[in-house]
Amino acid sequence: MALLLGIVGATQSWNVSLAILNLCLISAVMSLGLNIQWGYAGLFNAGVMASTALGGLAAVLVSYSPVGEAWAVGGLDTGLAFITLVSTVLGAWLIRKKVPEGSIRRVIFFVWLLGGYALLRHFYEQASLSIEAVDPAQTGFLGGLGLPILISWIAGGATAAGLAWVVGRVALGLRSDYFAIATLGISEIMISILKNEDWLTRGVKNVTGLERPVPYEVDLQQSQWFIDLVIRLHSADPNQVSEEFFQEMVMSASGVFVKLCYSGFFLTVLLVILGLAALALNSPWGRMMRAIRDNEIAAAAMGKDVTNRHRQVFILGSAVIGVAGAMLTTLDGQFTPGSYIPLRFTFLIWVMVIIGGSGNNLGAVLGAFITWFTWIEAEPVALWLVENLNSFLSEQNPLRQHFINVAPHLRMVVMGLIMILVLRFRPAGILPEKNTNRTD
Amino acid sequence: MDSLNAIVLLSNYVFIPSLVYGSQLALGALGVTIVFGIMRFANFAHGEMMSFATVSTIFITWWFQSIGFTTGILPTALLALPFGILITGLLVWAIERSVFSYYRQRKSKPVIFVIASVGVMFMLNGVVRLFIGTDEIIFMDGLKFLIKAGEFKKWSGLKEGLALKQTQVLTVLLAILAVSWLFWFLQKTKMGKAMRAFSDNEDLALLSGVDPEKVVRTTWFISAVLITLAGVLYGLDKSYKPLIYFHLLLPIFAAAIVGGIGQPLGAILGGYIVAFSEVTTTYAFKKFLRYLGPEGWSPEGLVQLLSTEYKFAVSFLILVLVLLIRPTGLFKGRVL
Repeated sequence: MALLLGIVGATQSWNVSLAILNLCLISAVMSLGLNIQWGYAGLFNAGVMASTALGGLAAVLVSYSPVGEAWAVGGLDTGLAFITLVSTVLGAWLIRKKVPEGSIRRVIFFVWLLGGYALLRHFYEQASLSIEAVDPAQTGFLGGLGLPILISWIAGGATAAGLAWVVGRVALGLRSDYFAIATLGISEIMISILKNEDWLTRGVKNVTGLERPVPYEVDLQQSQWFIDLVIRLHSADPNQVSEEFFQEMVMSASGVFVKLCYSGFFLTVLLVILGLAALALNSPWGRMMRAIRDNEIAAAAMGKDVTNRHRQVFILGSAVIGVAGAMLTTLDGQFTPGSYIPLRFTFLIWVMVIIGGSGNNLGAVLGAFITWFTWIEAEPVALWLVENLNSFLSEQNPLRQHFINVAPHLRMVVMGLIMILVLRFRPAGILPEKNTNRTD
Repeated sequence: MDSLNAIVLLSNYVFIPSLVYGSQLALGALGVTIVFGIMRFANFAHGEMMSFATVSTIFITWWFQSIGFTTGILPTALLALPFGILITGLLVWAIERSVFSYYRQRKSKPVIFVIASVGVMFMLNGVVRLFIGTDEIIFMDGLKFLIKAGEFKKWSGLKEGLALKQTQVLTVLLAILAVSWLFWFLQKTKMGKAMRAFSDNEDLALLSGVDPEKVVRTTWFISAVLITLAGVLYGLDKSYKPLIYFHLLLPIFAAAIVGGIGQPLGAILGGYIVAFSEVTTTYAFKKFLRYLGPEGWSPEGLVQLLSTEYKFAVSFLILVLVLLIRPTGLFKGRVL
């Protein structure tokens, strides 16, 4: 893998190579999270995207500085809406608890919910309208807490875990493909909320210019110590090479430096989570999870609480994915709800886990690296292929143009093919799980 | 007069669109359900199969148009439909032979089938885009409107117009035709009975001499017919966009589950439930209420339960509710 990245670095550029590496690291964290759910416990979570997006939202809400004006005009209504929401839910819960079952309870319950919804809608509409009216080209949303963005990685995990708790209440206990469909549906609902609740996320207007945990390239290019470093590394004398060439050198070096900083952060997170995951897998808890996965009925007969364990593992896995989602938004420096599509953020992660080896943490990491590398590099390779195969067609030939336009989509075919082939001929993945009694 | 206006308004913007959309969903959900009934897995590649079927039909339509083989009034795609079904049938059969049959012989868990179908989904998604790109394609030709809004207003003297597109009528007619044929097939023919027996109790059916390969082959072919119909009718009515077909998968699943997965009747009902609730919850009833209320009165706000952006979310909401309250769907018990 390092060799492959090295080849990319030498042939394309080190900046490209490191960009791929960074996303490989993030993908590895995501696939570790999914591996906890699928590999440890056999849960088919088709809602990976929801955790990722919530992690991204957390990055915005933690790091963006609060928009005072928006709070001033919409804060009161937002607060009222929030109180209404909480009291409606609490009241509904109380009604279910205290009032004896029967048609009276049903009527009270229904009226209470309807009233709560109407009131909520009232406050919510006022709040969202007034907030979204505040300088819509720049802000038009409440903003965040203005804390360092690194905190958001933890917050992202926590938010994703919170959603997973709710989803778990709803969907766990369904049979596997129902669970998959339900999670897929919930993740789509989450994305449409993120896209449309402008007061919270700016919606499809995106939040850009998030704070960075690493220095900016421009600042680096100005600072003397960095220029000295470049000179020392290249062992070049700035007086001998031309001014322009030197400028270019500093520029590309600053890009590499920034990406290396990110890589350092991501690698730390990946190693910590990998270590924890390995510990968990080899602990009594991990053995219990595998026992439940391999034979639910037998495990239940041994007194294991299957649904609760499933919920636990689902929440843990989602939290890990949420951390990765926050990391991704941090790396991008922007939050774009429109970019969350299930093929890229749910099913690609699935390919990673299946290829790497379900149940094996190192396998999940390896699968993430291989898959992401293929996903990115399939495009230049496909373009190169098209260029060469089409060399007998003239430049203006429409067919040639068509092939060049659609070449990027070849990666979908490649991904699907790899997934089907691995599932067929090496169902345990590249690095199979050790000590397993799995039968399928 | 005002109440008439209200009725026309509602049928133009709510009733007819939901009926048409519901028919398209019902056809899709029937395909999902029939595969589920026999092979016991939810086919995630269904949406992409619909996309593929539509694309192959589009290519044949273009070919027919280029040689001038058109009817003038009916859309050319209707002539291309049988060929589209044939191509889709071949594709689905090839997928069955190369991917799914292996797992069936090994009696793998349903979830393995689902993962395999995700792989198929990726491949088909790529293949379709390789052929046709990602642009929006309108392949409807022939007569567009059967009733035009302006003409209707003139004829009836009402303030509200009623428009009826040819594709809308075609969708409903073809859906009725396909569904009645399917039910006749399942209830009356030997093969249909074998399929139902197989779905009800596989071992018993095998003992009675039902050929499983034949059952599976027939199932895939029927699903190919339904896939092509659903895909082409949706594409004719709206337009063809590769991305939309992936998104259609979710309302289709919702429809199949709401009705009770594996239940053909449930799939049809589910399709209409999903479509009607998607349209009614996102329709602004302001104008409608203004007609019904006293003269000069107008309701505050749009009287809209959810904003239109949440149209797709409604089907999942229904899905989640059904899974919570009645996981077996509206119809339960024996499938197919």
